[in-house]
Amino acid sequence: MNPRRILAIAYKETLQVWRDPRSLAIALLMPLMQMVLLGYGISLDIKHVPLCLYDQENSQTSREMLQDFTASGWFKTAAILGSNRAVRAAMDNATCIGALVIPVNFSRVLAQTGQAQVQAVFDGTDANTTNIATGYAQGVIAQTAATFARRWDAQHGVRPPTAGSINLQSRVWYNETLDSRNFIIPGVVAIILALVGAQLTSLTVAREWERGTMEQLISTPVTSTELLIGKLSPYFLIGLLDAAFCLLTAAFWFQVPFRGSVLTLILTTALFGIVVMGIGYLLSVRIHNQLGASQIALMLTMLPIAMLSGYTFPLDQMPAAIRAISFLVYARYYVTLLRDEFLKGSSLAEMASSIAALLAYAVAVLWLAARAFRKRLD
Amino acid sequence: MNTAPAVIAQGLTKKFGTFTAVDHLDLEIAKGEVAGFIGPNGAGKSTTIRLLCGLLRPTSGSASVAGYDIVRQPDIVRLHIGYMSQKFSLYGDLTVHENLRFFAGIYQVPRPQIPERIAFAVSMAGLEGREGALVRTLAGGWKQRLALGCAILHRPPVLFLDEPTSGVEPEARRRFWDLIHTLAVDGVTILVSTHYMDEAEYCNRIALIDAGRLIALGSPGELRRHELGGQLFELACPILGATLAAARQAPGVIEAAIFADKLHVLLRAGTSGEALLAHLATQGMEAGPIRAILPSLEDVFVQLVSRRQKVGP
Repeated sequence: MNPRRILAIAYKETLQVWRDPRSLAIALLMPLMQMVLLGYGISLDIKHVPLCLYDQENSQTSREMLQDFTASGWFKTAAILGSNRAVRAAMDNATCIGALVIPVNFSRVLAQTGQAQVQAVFDGTDANTTNIATGYAQGVIAQTAATFARRWDAQHGVRPPTAGSINLQSRVWYNETLDSRNFIIPGVVAIILALVGAQLTSLTVAREWERGTMEQLISTPVTSTELLIGKLSPYFLIGLLDAAFCLLTAAFWFQVPFRGSVLTLILTTALFGIVVMGIGYLLSVRIHNQLGASQIALMLTMLPIAMLSGYTFPLDQMPAAIRAISFLVYARYYVTLLRDEFLKGSSLAEMASSIAALLAYAVAVLWLAARAFRKRLD
Repeated sequence: MNTAPAVIAQGLTKKFGTFTAVDHLDLEIAKGEVAGFIGPNGAGKSTTIRLLCGLLRPTSGSASVAGYDIVRQPDIVRLHIGYMSQKFSLYGDLTVHENLRFFAGIYQVPRPQIPERIAFAVSMAGLEGREGALVRTLAGGWKQRLALGCAILHRPPVLFLDEPTSGVEPEARRRFWDLIHTLAVDGVTILVSTHYMDEAEYCNRIALIDAGRLIALGSPGELRRHELGGQLFELACPILGATLAAARQAPGVIEAAIFADKLHVLLRAGTSGEALLAHLATQGMEAGPIRAILPSLEDVFVQLVSRRQKVGP
């Protein structure tokens, strides 16, 4: 391995990227576009769920509770109804997808025992929305309950263990704001890095074959390892810059909480970068035209990452067979690591298995890539 | 300085599937020689050069370049050669200087020597003042000379040029050959392929190649004098067709062909032009005058190829 040859290739490659509008767009514009598109466009959150209200009691307490619901922003009042039959009708004709029924003795029971019940009915056709909306409803009720508990304290001076509980209670870990963006954005970073990395590198060797410059290059003493390192290093730096941009945007623009170590984040990102770029390079070496290589790179990165990395579709809800396949998708480890670092602040020991998997991939891909290139025409 | 040949090929053969591109080629090129590969398109010239550069693996046979085996030591061979492929293969999106700088790095030209070598290559290509121009904006002749400049940055002892002048206008071709001879004077061994017969005259030695086989090897003079196995005559005559038919039947005639408005007749050694005229006169053919001429390389090539086809491979 000769550092001068590696440097010559790296410099040449940098000049070519700089002068190639297509590569430049992939390197600079794609991360920005994807970050905006995926960051804002994809959201599993539901806002302003149309909710019907049937307040059988119509007391001050019950009105306060309804007030909490509309003030949350998650629900909007679709209609105020006066009978169970009206609730049924409103659900049937989809005026609302949920109804909140406050029983006639709600405030009285609450005042006497410190506990009460409210009934929430949801349209089960859209299971996903219902799930989420139920979660939101619990959140609002918990909030109302807390207010009652404080009031109870003030009035009675003592707090019975059960005071201020309105039945439904759930707790959400890591993502207290129930904002699915926090869950998605780290995955978006992975997808962008994979897309940009594999796309750029899938062009690099194929371009030489396509333009006939490869024949000259392989008649020189350059070795396949020098070519690999020389060609990948500029893209690796570009990839790290792109990653830094995406991660900073995630943390500061989208306000995804970051609880891990920056050093671990950089190291795992570098590992992932090596894997995706190595795959792009491998394709480029094998497929001698730019279009073919970049199309296959897209298929090998985008599809499995979108589907099987756990970036949007939670892996633990998939059938066992598909979950087994997902272990082959290198991106799942990085997505997992990103969430560990951003949301959980996991320790190194907790992330060790994911890091090991990524490292194994990186080593394997580099090994294959270094061997794939043959300095012959036949 | 040892005097071993710069290029040796023994039984060099390359098959692509059932097609034999290079067929048991034996060749030796001495140091400092300008050797020409002449032959029609598809004769196997490029394949031979690629084999010698280590870009293709021979099906059988062996070859060495600058003393190194092309199969066992391809990377050492690559250190000692410069190669210019048939298709232009510099980076069009890099400037003249950037291309030169790139190949200087790849060939590990010692750093202190880089500016001087690049300056030499630029002046050789006649590109002074255009070092900053993107290579794709250059005209054909300049591109070719720049490609040559890139191929000799590391001062290789052996240079392979595959149809370096194809698609280049005549004046630029002539300048290119001047460059080749300048390099040869400095002791560089040069193997150059071309399908321009007139360029063959610039070579010290010529290998005529057809259908993957070496059909003649020698200096242009040798080939013209000896390869045909007879003396070539130019015969003027009023009725070309009938005279040609009669001449082919005449004793001592190896071959006869129409050449423009005259006949070219190859006579066996010992047969005189006058004897042919006398024979034709007995057939009632009026012909003359007749004079001995030196065949062009094209004559030689056409004769040798058609003879091979008659005999069969």
